Amino acid sequence: MKVDQLSIFLENRAGRLAEVTRILSEADVNIRALSLADTSDFGILRLIVSDFDKAKDNLKAGGFTVGRTTVVAVEVPDKPGGLHKILDMLRDAKVNVEYMYAFVNQSSTNAVIIFRFDRTDQAIELLQKNGITMVPGEKLYKM
Amino acid sequence: MIFDVENETLPREDLQKLQLRRLQDLVARVYENVPFYRKKLDERGVKPAHIQQLSDVTLLPFTEKQDLRNHYPFGLFAVSRENIVRIHSSSGTTGKATVVGYTRRDIRTWAKLCARSLAAAGAHSGDFVHNAYGYGLFTGGLGVHYGAEELGATVIPVSGGATRRQAMLLRDFGATVLTCTPSYALHLFEAAKEMGIDFRELPLRIGIHGAEPWTESMRNEIENKLGITAIDIYGLSEIMGPGVAIECAKVKKGLHIQEDHFLPEIIDSETGEQLPTGEKGELVMTTLTKEGIPLLRYRTRDISRLNTAPCRCGRTTARMERVTGRSDDMLIIRGVNVFPSQIETILLDTEGLTPHYQLIVTRAGNLDNMEVRVEVDENVFSDQVKNLQRLESKIEKNIKEFLGVTAKCKLVEPKGIERSEGKAKRIIDMRKD
Repeated sequence: MKVDQLSIFLENRAGRLAEVTRILSEADVNIRALSLADTSDFGILRLIVSDFDKAKDNLKAGGFTVGRTTVVAVEVPDKPGGLHKILDMLRDAKVNVEYMYAFVNQSSTNAVIIFRFDRTDQAIELLQKNGITMVPGEKLYKM
Repeated sequence: MIFDVENETLPREDLQKLQLRRLQDLVARVYENVPFYRKKLDERGVKPAHIQQLSDVTLLPFTEKQDLRNHYPFGLFAVSRENIVRIHSSSGTTGKATVVGYTRRDIRTWAKLCARSLAAAGAHSGDFVHNAYGYGLFTGGLGVHYGAEELGATVIPVSGGATRRQAMLLRDFGATVLTCTPSYALHLFEAAKEMGIDFRELPLRIGIHGAEPWTESMRNEIENKLGITAIDIYGLSEIMGPGVAIECAKVKKGLHIQEDHFLPEIIDSETGEQLPTGEKGELVMTTLTKEGIPLLRYRTRDISRLNTAPCRCGRTTARMERVTGRSDDMLIIRGVNVFPSQIETILLDTEGLTPHYQLIVTRAGNLDNMEVRVEVDENVFSDQVKNLQRLESKIEKNIKEFLGVTAKCKLVEPKGIERSEGKAKRIIDMRKD
C-alpha cells in the first residue's frame, strides 16, 4: 500500500523549479502529483512520478539533493464529508498527518489524496481495518 | 595627559636599554619555566646568555596561536597555578580556545597600561566611563574596567547587549567616555536616536574603540554623529588584552605601543624575516614583563607598520599604523574572532554535515552580520520543512554557543557554493566603507 515519493531540495530562486521539470522532461518521466513546501530561503518539492528510479538518478546527476519518502495514496469519496471521515479516524488513533496533497485523477469518482503520516504502518493498518481504499504505488505511477 | 610620564617619554636609548634588560630576564624565565620554550631554544642552540642586544630577538623562535591551542589549557604558563589570579580565554570550539593566565602583578600592569591608554585618549580622573565591552572571558570588559579605576575615573560596567537600556543609562548617568567596538558605537547611536536621545547634547566627549578593524571614514562617521573624539585602541588577549597600543588624542596618527612592556617587530609573514622599521608586514610582539603566560615573538597576524619618529604628544614610544588586514583567514565579527576552521568543526559535529560551507559577512547599518551557507546533502535532507529548519537553528545555536557570535544559517543546494578553480570560496566579506 506504500507509495514512493521523491523529495527534492530547492533553493528559493528563479529557475530552480524549471530545472527540475527540464531534467524530468528530458528523461521522459511524467509527474503524477506534486506539492511544494516553502520557507523564505528554501523549498522542498515532493513528487509522485511515473518512474521513481529514473527520476531520482537523473536529478542526482543534475546536482540535486533528493530523498525517498514513503507516503500513502488514499481514495477519498468525492463528496462533502469524504475527507473529514478519514481525518476523524486518524485523529482518534492519534496518527499525525505531516502533510498531504491531492492527486489529479481524471477517470474515477473518487479523489486520491497523498498522505505523509508520522507513523505510516499504523496508519495503513487503521485505514485497511476501516475499509478505506488505498492505491498501491505500482498502480498509481501508471494512472 | 600622559599617565606615566617617566615610562612613556623615556629617551629611546634608555627605553632600548630597559627593553634589553627585560628581554634577557624574559628569555631566562621562559627557558627555566616553560618546557615548550626550553625545547625550542635548545633546538636552535640558543641559551639565554646569547641575548646580548635587542636585535638578538631574531634568535628567538616565533609563537603561534596554534602553540597555545596545542598546550590547552595551561601548558604555556610560566608560573605555578597558585600564582595565577585570573584566567581569560578567546572563543573557540572545545579544546581549541586560547587560554591566558595573569599573576597579581600582570593584572596590576594591565590596569596601569589601560589607565595610560585612557589618559592618552583624553580621559582623566573624574570621568564617567561607560564600558560596553563584554565582561567575561573576553578581555575587553575587565581590561578597560581596571584601567578606568586605576585612572581614578568612575566606571559603569554595563557590558554588551540591551542597547536601548544602554542608551538610557548613558544619558541618565552623563557618561563622558564610551568604550566599545566601533560598530557598536554606531549601533548605540542609532538606538538612542530612535529613543529621541541626541548624543551631541550629552556630555559624552571621547569614544575608545577597538577589538575589530575600522577605517578612517568610520572614525569620521562616529565623530560626526556622536559629537566626540574617537580613539583607536589595540590589544589581544594572548599579549594582554586592550591597552597594548593606543592612539593619542593629540595627534591621532598611529597607536603608541607600550614599548616598555612589549617588544614589537614587523616581519614578512611568508619568510619570517624581520623587516626594517617603516615597512609593512605582520606585527609580532614579545611580552617583556608578563609573568603568567609570557610569549616570545607572538605572531599577531595583524598587518601594520611601525613608526619610531617622535610624536608631538611627547611620547617616545613607537607607533603602529592602524591595522589594515590579516595574514590569515581570521574574521572579526562584532569584536569576536572567528576562524573558518571553527565553523567547519561545528558543522562536522552537527549531524555529520559536509564541510561544504561559505561564510558571508555583511554590515547592515552598523552591525556585522554573518551568514553561514551550508550545502544540503542526502544525509541531512528531509521531506519535511520542520526538520530542515531544526537543522538550521541547531547550527545557529552551536555557533552561538561555541563562538559567542550570532550567525544566520542558510541551507543551499549542493554545488550552490561558488567555487573558483575547483577550490571552494569559503569567505565572502562584503564589509566595505
